Amino acid sequence: MSYIKPTFIHPGLEKNAVGYLKREYEGAISTLCAGCGHDSISTAIVQACYEMNIEPHHLAKLSGIGCSSKTPTYFMSNSHGFNSVHGRMPSIATGANLANRDLIYLGISGDGDTASIGMGQFVHVIRRNLNMTYVVMNNGCYGLTKGQDSATADFGSISKAGGGTATPFQAIDLVGLGIELNATFVARSFSGDKTQLIPLLKAAMSHPGFAFIDVISPCVTFNNNRGSTKSYDYVRDHIAITGGLDFVPRQEEISIDYESGSDKTVELFDGSRINLRKLADDWDPTDRYSAINKLQDSKRSGQILTGLIYIDPESRDLHDILNTVDKPLNKLDEDDLWPGDGALESLNAGFR
Amino acid sequence: MSDTSRVNNFVIRFANVNGTGSASANGLFAKSIFRSGVPMSPKNIFPSNIQGLPTWYEVRVNDKGFLGRREGIDILVGVNPQSFREDLESVVRGGYMIYDSSRQLHDELIREDIHMIGIPMMRLSMDEFDVPRHQQLFKNIIYLGACVALLDIDIDIVKQLIEEQFASKPKLVPPNFTALEKGYHYTKDHFDCPLDIRVEKRDLIGNKILLEGNAATALGAIYGGSTFCAWYPITPSTSVAKAFDKYAHKLLTDRKTGKKKFAIVQAEDELAAIGMVIGAAWNGVRAFTSTSGAGVSLMNEFIGLAYFAEIPVFLVNVQRGGPSTGMPTRTQQGDVLSSAYASHGDTKHILLFPASPAECFEMSYTGLDLADRFQTPVILMSDLDLGMNEHITEPLQYDKKRKFDRGKVLTAEDLEQSGLDWGRYLDVDGDGICYRTIPGTHPSKGGYFTRGTSRDEYAKYTENGEVYKRNVDRLTVKWNTSKKVVPKPEFYQPSNQSSYGIIFFGTSTDSALEAMNELEKRGNRVDAMRIKAFPFTPEVESFLDQHDEVFVIDQNKDGQMRTLLINELEINPSKLISVLNYNGYPITSDHILNKITQHLSVKELVTESI
Repeated sequence: MSYIKPTFIHPGLEKNAVGYLKREYEGAISTLCAGCGHDSISTAIVQACYEMNIEPHHLAKLSGIGCSSKTPTYFMSNSHGFNSVHGRMPSIATGANLANRDLIYLGISGDGDTASIGMGQFVHVIRRNLNMTYVVMNNGCYGLTKGQDSATADFGSISKAGGGTATPFQAIDLVGLGIELNATFVARSFSGDKTQLIPLLKAAMSHPGFAFIDVISPCVTFNNNRGSTKSYDYVRDHIAITGGLDFVPRQEEISIDYESGSDKTVELFDGSRINLRKLADDWDPTDRYSAINKLQDSKRSGQILTGLIYIDPESRDLHDILNTVDKPLNKLDEDDLWPGDGALESLNAGFR
Repeated sequence: MSDTSRVNNFVIRFANVNGTGSASANGLFAKSIFRSGVPMSPKNIFPSNIQGLPTWYEVRVNDKGFLGRREGIDILVGVNPQSFREDLESVVRGGYMIYDSSRQLHDELIREDIHMIGIPMMRLSMDEFDVPRHQQLFKNIIYLGACVALLDIDIDIVKQLIEEQFASKPKLVPPNFTALEKGYHYTKDHFDCPLDIRVEKRDLIGNKILLEGNAATALGAIYGGSTFCAWYPITPSTSVAKAFDKYAHKLLTDRKTGKKKFAIVQAEDELAAIGMVIGAAWNGVRAFTSTSGAGVSLMNEFIGLAYFAEIPVFLVNVQRGGPSTGMPTRTQQGDVLSSAYASHGDTKHILLFPASPAECFEMSYTGLDLADRFQTPVILMSDLDLGMNEHITEPLQYDKKRKFDRGKVLTAEDLEQSGLDWGRYLDVDGDGICYRTIPGTHPSKGGYFTRGTSRDEYAKYTENGEVYKRNVDRLTVKWNTSKKVVPKPEFYQPSNQSSYGIIFFGTSTDSALEAMNELEKRGNRVDAMRIKAFPFTPEVESFLDQHDEVFVIDQNKDGQMRTLLINELEINPSKLISVLNYNGYPITSDHILNKITQHLSVKELVTESI
């Protein structure tokens, strides 16, 4: 690569509680187009991990194929990464997570990688409530193959590759689908809104189960034109923010200035809390029914609802369901796994 | 074959309707012969259906220990009206047809050249049992009782087996005994028992066991330290995962907490199954999946990723009749080529060819070692016959001092070494195998990006052609290293004595050895080699060099092993003569013998005419 990051460290930079500088959470210089929404999401991930004091080797980043799936190269370069095959990241994440329950699994996918080729694995990883954060960088098009419509392109949206014709198909709404499938954490955000995205990422990574964040992330090259519903301008004009959100890590009291409106605090399994501010009166994010209603109402009024839309504080992850031992499976050795003297002889006896 | 004594030397076939509970009675029959100390091999020939279609269960009894399939049915127990005519025709002259005489048999269904033994099975059952379902189920035990009387099987052995089978449901023992005795005594009272075909107790089993290959494979995975299985249901591999689940529950559950030291996931499809295995193996556990040819086709993209990104994968392919959905409940060795070269681009995979359940067990734990050592997919090439039928096999053995060969994995301490120049794809030992790290090992060292795209020695993405070439050439070095480690072939003669050779693998073994024995009796000696692995070791090549003509036995239409030998070893094709079997039934010794003798006699004729 022709771009090299300077190694100079400014003496004024602060280490976080586990002794890492923010730059140690960064990755290689992005090769995505200048202004790509995905780069903003990478930056938010860096900030969230730095602030959450995650040791880089305690996080594994996984992706499929596409522009979005390239981004794990651009953050957390000290973490193990796995750029797998198109639409199949969830299965890689499932195996990886079951092998070592102690790491944080951050999956990065795109709208093509999830809503088309990867739809099968996406819905099934939701069913299993795998403990992972699943981010879709959603730009409504296939950037890497020059802008073809994806399955999340809205009906009537106009893209550059379409040559000015409107998308004739209905879009797949991944957020609605996620709630419908009983996903235990469903959020939507916008790459241009870090104030919202950073706490959402923190909450997602603390959620003991499948945490899904659909991030509208405009493609500056192929889908940022007039008539596109995934352009910066369109999203900014139509965004409806569900309310403010703060993530409060375990044993760390942060006082939040509540504004007027109704508030809600959701306590997570590990003692962390999510404080939600300025909620609409008729909406409770821990109630699936009201979350679905809220989502449908926004859709009808042409708004893009963002924020934490649904969370199940009672979430049980796949390890819990499978009743696996506390020690990660990849730490078990011959001594742990030896079935015991005589076990084989008694098996043989049973086959006679 | 030529042996005329019919004591402990016969083939019996049960013709049933599937879904009527016959499997239990037939299994008891087979096991009672095993417990009588007499070698036998059962083959289940079943439809892709749950209820109502014909199914057959064939048992060959042979006290010389030849346990491949044999042509010619000596006794047919025909309780399926649907297939009755076909079943009747399949009995050899002088053989026996045991049928349900509850209703009078039509005249045209009586053969004069065989013995017709009518037992009123359904009537006897209805006399004894009231519930229609029970009448159907116990009818099976009634014909078992008839067979016990006719073949002089020790009835106490059968009773013992019934008690064992229903140990957890003891209420079922008495009605089973009643049905058994009903059939037994009726037969004793109405026919001269025993027949000339019969079972005599011997002590020829020793400490051998009776086991299905799929159960052995699953146990091998457990003993080999596999703690993760992902799978998708497909005949004939489903019972591998089921057995893993069952035995892992028993052997890998923490006694104190009741928690499991393993995870098993029924995936949404085969793609996800192998994806999960790749993710788990990348993260440091020993993981495997089991499937059949159709599943391997679906897994192809991921197999290429595991090959290229160098992730250990253990894949069990229980082959069935292809192509496409093919004959899903019949056996075939049809995936030799598609497994050897699975996925796009230049790929080659280590294959293991087990020939018995004991070998399934051994190759399962050694296969996990090979996958780790070579950081690549290893495919165990079983088939329906081996996987789903019970076989008499050596007891399962495992040395408790044995350590898992995890291959080249760096620990946190290794990474701390000063001056360590570590690159994930850097070959420092010259064997083509590089050192890998497991996620989470070290806070600042050893992290890298795993990908299916081209990369340099330090795992950095590159499109540089020279660097790409260097990497794939190293994979060839690694492949060549594996030739020194994979199982060597087995030979059946102290030294080569013939200009003819015979090559076989997997489930052709029993029939091939029997055919060889018969050839030798007729004065035609051939040397034999059983291939146990791909890549071919140097021993395979020299066997081919040392023979003028070599018969290659393949249970597929296109002679896939022959093609693989020609392609990999640059053998002159005219030297390799295919002996093929691809009708879905396990290959018979008669078939092999016919093909070889045909070829030899044609050669003699040609030689004479010169």
